[in-house]
Amino acid sequence: MSSLTLKRHLTESLRNLKRNGWMTGAAIAAVTVTLLLVGVLLSILLNVNKVASDIENDVEVRVFIERKTTKDEQQELKKELAKVDGVKEISFSSRKKELKNVVGTYGKSFRLFSGDDNPLYDVYVVKTDSPKHTVKVAKQAEKFRHVYQTQYGGTWAKKLFKLVSGIRRWGVIISVLLLFVAVFLISNTIRLTILSRSNEISIMRLVGATNSYIRWPFILEGAWTGLFGSIIPILVVDFSYGWMYRVITASLHSTTISLLLPHTFLIEIDLLLAVIGIGIGALGAALSMGRFLKLK
Amino acid sequence: MIEFKNVVKDYGNAVLGADHLSVRINQGEFVYVVGPSGAGKSTFIKLMYRDVAPTSGEIKVNNYRVDSITNKEVPFLRRELGIVFQDFKLLPRLTIFENVAYALQVIEKKPEDVQKRVNEVLALVGLEDKAQSFPNEISGGEQQRVAIARAIANHPGILIADEPTGNLDPETSEDIMRILEKINLDGTTVVMATHNSNMVNEHKHRVLEISAGKIARDQEGGGYENE
Ligand SMILES: Nc1ncnc2c1ncn2[C@@H]1O[C@H](COP(=O)(O)OP(=O)(O)O)[C@@H](O)[C@H]1O
Ligand SMILES: [Mg+2]
Repeated sequence: MSSLTLKRHLTESLRNLKRNGWMTGAAIAAVTVTLLLVGVLLSILLNVNKVASDIENDVEVRVFIERKTTKDEQQELKKELAKVDGVKEISFSSRKKELKNVVGTYGKSFRLFSGDDNPLYDVYVVKTDSPKHTVKVAKQAEKFRHVYQTQYGGTWAKKLFKLVSGIRRWGVIISVLLLFVAVFLISNTIRLTILSRSNEISIMRLVGATNSYIRWPFILEGAWTGLFGSIIPILVVDFSYGWMYRVITASLHSTTISLLLPHTFLIEIDLLLAVIGIGIGALGAALSMGRFLKLK
Repeated sequence: MIEFKNVVKDYGNAVLGADHLSVRINQGEFVYVVGPSGAGKSTFIKLMYRDVAPTSGEIKVNNYRVDSITNKEVPFLRRELGIVFQDFKLLPRLTIFENVAYALQVIEKKPEDVQKRVNEVLALVGLEDKAQSFPNEISGGEQQRVAIARAIANHPGILIADEPTGNLDPETSEDIMRILEKINLDGTTVVMATHNSNMVNEHKHRVLEISAGKIARDQEGGGYENE
């Protein structure tokens, strides 16, 4: 396509948008609602997924040491732990330090447990050489003497992945329904344009314009509708994600879990929303064109 | 070159639109298509530019097998044909110049070429001075001249016209006829369906008479009615 032809198609498509007034508005609104939901769902889904895989990839096993264990017994336990297959590194975290973390994460009200009232345990933080070994190491460590219990991310990860698949199932169903409505509204708007220009279309066909040439302004009109419909969802997702990220990250600082970074994640999701908008717009237009370009 | 071999068009009515039509029209001929209303003149024309598809038979237009043409090829077939109708089919919101230019723009001709060619064809039909008028500001005869200018703008080898003078008074029809003959003299084939008996009798050319979808008469230099 020459740049002149492209320019002609672009101005034609924008003129049509204006000409269709409130129908264009309705179609844009449909895209806006659709993309808002898709945007929110995707943000949640991708982050839960990220958290789940952070937890899954966590190679840490926390071995809680029984209260009355002596220093020597603790040293003994450390040696035994070090012999377990897959263990790479062991560090000690005292009850005091554990409480500090809790206070940092959950707030100052936990401070009243300081000193002798501290209900927490001394902990050996055991790092394994791969996430695969975590479960085995935890199970074996649990059988050792002076071990109160062990904790690792695997169980949590499983629950989160279940949550992800639940969100995904419902999210996909709702999104598909909404996308369907948006495509329907767009194709009806474009059909109005086509009807008002059927005279021109028949002359174009008579003098030998190709179907793709005839189609372009309408496809572009649909694409504009989708693009304009994606503006509000993009802004909403950008602002609310930035805010959510700050709030949630503040309470995750002592863990290996993190949310997707706003500056990379938002660029991706913004692009995705714009592309989906343009896609359903163009699709709606293409659907309404079909029967006007068929041969008898 | 236009060639029909045993062409049948069945609309599902009692009479066929085309009933085993066979005819050949060579490059540069001028052919009238005559016959009563409902005989199949428009069907014959529409079959040529693939506005309707034949039920059976073979249709050749230049190098195209129109009976088996694909959707994609149809625009290119139509670029080799100029088509004119009784009702002109101009775009009301475009000027005369723009109406003719439009036909060249939508087949993506270069802007310099469009400008030059539009002026040429408007001069040929004698409407240079109306270039900036709108269709509703000129007479029916002038509108038909614009439609002819648009039809020949892309140098088609064949001009087909379905009752081009149907809406025009005798004097204006005469003007249109002279323009069509001028175009024919340049080597363009002209196929013209018409009811206008005076014209057929005064400007003698080959006459194809169609009746109930069949060729009833094919006569070089014949009159409107068989003597
Ligand atoms: N689109 C159509 N659908 C059904 N019947 C048609 C159609 N077009 C033409 N016909 C029928 O085909 C016959 C020939 O019509 P047409 O070619 O228009 O004749 P003419 O142009 O000579 O008046 C007529 O009987 C007409 O009713
Ligand atoms: Mg007719």
